[in-house]
Amino acid sequence: MPPEHVRAVSPVPLKDRFSQGLDAPICLTWELTYACNLACVHCLSSSGRRDPDELSLDEARGIVDHMVDMKVFYVNIGGGEPMVRSDFFDLVSYAVERRVGVKFSTNGTRMTPARARRLAALDYLDVQISIDGATAATNDLVRGEGSYEAARRAMDNLASAGFGQFKVSVVVTRQNVEELDALAAIADEYGAQLRLTRLRPSGRAVDSWEALHPTAVQQRMLYHWLAERPGVLTGDSFFHLSALGEPLEGLNLCGAGRVVCLIDPVGDVYACPFVIDRQFLAGNVRDPGGFPGVWRESSLFRSLRQPQSAGACASCGSFDACGGGCMAAKFFTGLPLDGPDPECVHGHGEAALAARGTSPRASIGHSKVARDGTPLPVPTPVRFRSPART
Amino acid sequence: MRRLLSEPFAVDRPWRLNPLVALRDESFGALAYHYGNRRLVFLKSRTLVTLVSSLHEYPSAAEALDAHVPEAQHTSYARALERLAASEVIDAA
Ligand code: SF4
Ligand code: SF4
Repeated sequence: MPPEHVRAVSPVPLKDRFSQGLDAPICLTWELTYACNLACVHCLSSSGRRDPDELSLDEARGIVDHMVDMKVFYVNIGGGEPMVRSDFFDLVSYAVERRVGVKFSTNGTRMTPARARRLAALDYLDVQISIDGATAATNDLVRGEGSYEAARRAMDNLASAGFGQFKVSVVVTRQNVEELDALAAIADEYGAQLRLTRLRPSGRAVDSWEALHPTAVQQRMLYHWLAERPGVLTGDSFFHLSALGEPLEGLNLCGAGRVVCLIDPVGDVYACPFVIDRQFLAGNVRDPGGFPGVWRESSLFRSLRQPQSAGACASCGSFDACGGGCMAAKFFTGLPLDGPDPECVHGHGEAALAARGTSPRASIGHSKVARDGTPLPVPTPVRFRSPART
Repeated sequence: MRRLLSEPFAVDRPWRLNPLVALRDESFGALAYHYGNRRLVFLKSRTLVTLVSSLHEYPSAAEALDAHVPEAQHTSYARALERLAASEVIDAA
């Protein structure tokens, strides 16, 4: 649900305050592991293999303690597939018992009836099941064969466990944008909330973005679809579309390093979950000051909290609404960070892409690799135990 | 989770910060997070934060306004409290 601004007397627009950074993040993503039993072609973190250096349960508990000190209200847990960590429930319980709410994203493959019941018994916990199409054909194209069935079964299991309102989480693509009504109907069927997010060219999507990102016509259609449905959650991710008219609900700003950040499985802190790259690495939770030290002191975060140049967007009449779009989308498509978003609704991104000298940047990752080091083609054949039978 | 209908705001009644809400101070005021309905609300002035956190000490919202808010701003702060009641950040004590 978009945050609500209750103003009595406020001299400075809130957006400006947020651009200068807050004492603690509002949207903190924590990826628990790079291990994943799927191999989605658009995985933002290029997950696949567990990293041997991943944080232990004790270290993870220490991070939760820091979150309590910083009054972080909730954390978005993802991966990789967080449920493949054997200490997943220990960690989640540790957090919610301390009133650090958990919103976690899962591909659903490990959501057995028993685990669904265990989750249903926890307070302050939200679950998002990822599904990227209303049909197996559309979904499995990006998430791998069998993944649609698994996600639907996970939803069935949550519903049977009496979990209540979970979220059906969709990354909008050129292929599934025509299925939005059908996806909304699936969510309704479970009494669930639909959550749509933007595809950014991060992780493995550096390579698949060209083929998957919605066309300009589809983006306009998406803007109107969302504007008519304020109840659909978006994580504020489509604010570049606000340049098309009335701003969509939400903060409408790039929060990277200001109100948003990522803690990755080895404790590296990045400006946002979509910029896993050395250039956006702020520090590590194992550093002496821990996570609070990185959040407050990192030179990267401090510089992101300074006024930013609008570059080629400065003369655009929509700059107040769009702010030049998404830093990650620009970075990984090789565009200047102070210019238009590659999906600029006024077409300036396409022009910039055509004119750019560099090709998209490779990203660091944990994709499964063959013995000689070459990445395996994705999606790889998916083999996982069916949640219903475990 | 279905939302219960919240009681409409009345300035002559006692109110309090909802026990399900946590506040975090920020330079502009505070963030309020409701653990039940999962809503994040921004309190955009320090005075509003003080007012909301001390509501429970007064027999009515009107008296809390008298104690913490300059007379000329009572209307705008009462309106802010009304919105906070609607989003369940404060509830009838
Ligand atoms: S870089 Fe993009 S995804 Fe990350 S916070 Fe900014 S707008 Fe959001
Ligand atoms: S030119 Fe820049 S600010 Fe204007 S709509 Fe395009 S990306 Fe947004």
